[in-house]
Amino acid sequence: MATGTTPAAPPAPSPRDRGVRAPGRAAITAPHLRTDRWWLPPLVTALGLAAFVGYSTWRAFANADYYAAPYVSPFYSPCLAHNCVPMKGGADWALFGPWWGLSPALLVLIFPLGFRATCYYYRKAYYRGFYAAPPACAVAEPHAKYTGETRFPLILQNLHRYFFYIALLVAGILTYDTALGFRDTHGAWGHMGLGTLVLLANIALIWAYTLSCHSCRHIVGGRLRHFSRHPVRYRLWSWVGVLNRRHMLLAWSSLISVGIADLYVYLVASGAFDDPRFF
Amino acid sequence: MTSYEAHFKVWRGDAEGGDLRDYQVEVNDGEVVLDIVHRLQATQAPDLAVRWNCKAGKCGSCSAEVNGRPRLMCMTRMSVFTRDETVTVTPMRTFPVVRDLVTDVSLNYTKAREVPSFVPPEGVAPGEYRMAQVDVERSQEFRKCIECFLCQNTCHVVRDHDENKPAFSGPRFLMRIAELDMHPLDAAADHGLTRATSAQDDHGLGYCNITKCCTEVCPEQIKITDNALIPLKERAADRKYDPLVWLGSRIRRRGQ
Ligand code: SF4
Ligand code: SF4
Ligand code: FES
Ligand code: FES
Repeated sequence: MATGTTPAAPPAPSPRDRGVRAPGRAAITAPHLRTDRWWLPPLVTALGLAAFVGYSTWRAFANADYYAAPYVSPFYSPCLAHNCVPMKGGADWALFGPWWGLSPALLVLIFPLGFRATCYYYRKAYYRGFYAAPPACAVAEPHAKYTGETRFPLILQNLHRYFFYIALLVAGILTYDTALGFRDTHGAWGHMGLGTLVLLANIALIWAYTLSCHSCRHIVGGRLRHFSRHPVRYRLWSWVGVLNRRHMLLAWSSLISVGIADLYVYLVASGAFDDPRFF
Repeated sequence: MTSYEAHFKVWRGDAEGGDLRDYQVEVNDGEVVLDIVHRLQATQAPDLAVRWNCKAGKCGSCSAEVNGRPRLMCMTRMSVFTRDETVTVTPMRTFPVVRDLVTDVSLNYTKAREVPSFVPPEGVAPGEYRMAQVDVERSQEFRKCIECFLCQNTCHVVRDHDENKPAFSGPRFLMRIAELDMHPLDAAADHGLTRATSAQDDHGLGYCNITKCCTEVCPEQIKITDNALIPLKERAADRKYDPLVWLGSRIRRRGQ
């Protein structure tokens, strides 16, 4: 309880005497004294995220070359608009009538986007990479004021778990799409091409990333106080914990795999590449 | 045994002001930064103020910043620097400086007192507490804390914003709340104290943006962010942002 420490709102001090240069602290003018390449990780993170955002924006608005039987791009599945290309047996439901003239990807991408944007790992990544809050540890941030996730809009990050629930559904649909990858162009089972493998690798990573989520870890068991009374949930919590320790790695690998899966479908659908068939 | 002369810059001064002073000082194989600071005291700077006790990374006294990185001086080997590298040692830059490398960390004691302590369960006498190992394992990780306050020093919420000091307890004490909230016998809830919501309402949990610097600098390698702060945020979300969980716990009201 913030006894006797009720926050007041003093005017923001000038850069010369705020933060590490505030009065009373050791008088050092340099905002930080780090000598290593502390700027490299946030730079690489920012470039990586920007590259993906650029690519996916182009692909989401393109509204073309997202289906090459039997493969569908993960950006366009489920396909919920009337203007979707017909997909044999695929997750292709015209919930939105002909009035929807934009790319059908826009209808579904907001969910994976929201899941990743509120993900605890990606939050760290973009707070450091884009907002420089902080750029790196013990490197002064440039902002005069900081309220973190205490108020709107960032307080909405607390809704991450709802995106997690939706992400489970999306992963389920992409699993179905992957299964359809074992049918040939005419819908007969018993096919396998390079595309099938690409989708398979992607869905494995998507599941690993989704299940390694911190909200998932909390929901399956983290919220309990007595693991001893819930042995099954304790077991699940331990398993999710193993994945959770690699959450950053899974976040990046699944981001890359989803981009590659889409690119692969694009190349095949646009005729730039012929899907090699194993059987 | 080889030795060489290293170039050190050490912050000297007090609350009135100060600066980085240059020293050439001998370094021998196997030494740590604290050894060098002691050598400076013994030879060139007898009045250099430095706080230390164990020289074994266990008392948490010798926290400082070496080349801009918050570290324990006694656990920073000289072998991590090249011989021609200047080694800069400053006091922690978040707390008010007392003199030279010594800072006033009393803010942390204030924050510690603000966390309501363990509430004993009704009807169980001390000495009769029984807990399963799996139930206490999580909080045992947090008990490794040596209270060096490097995490408190590095957290940008207060390091870069003095004005947040009143509202934010910092990683070490939010971790303490997590520890009590996970404690199998803590009965705070029976007395109307929901620790997770209080973490957000009274201790500034929302200021933390999980950028993990506390975890990065913790000499005990406690996964503060992953195992204490994020679970605490999730627990607060249960109560404050998840109507289903909130309703469920209202109806059942059974301990978990
Ligand atoms: S993770 Fe949170 S508490 Fe830890 S240093 Fe970052 S903002 Fe501070
Ligand atoms: S949590 Fe780690 S860094 Fe923070 S005071 Fe404890 S030992 Fe030091
Ligand atoms: S997906 Fe990263 S924390 Fe939930
Ligand atoms: S002197 Fe005890 S931790 Fe360094």
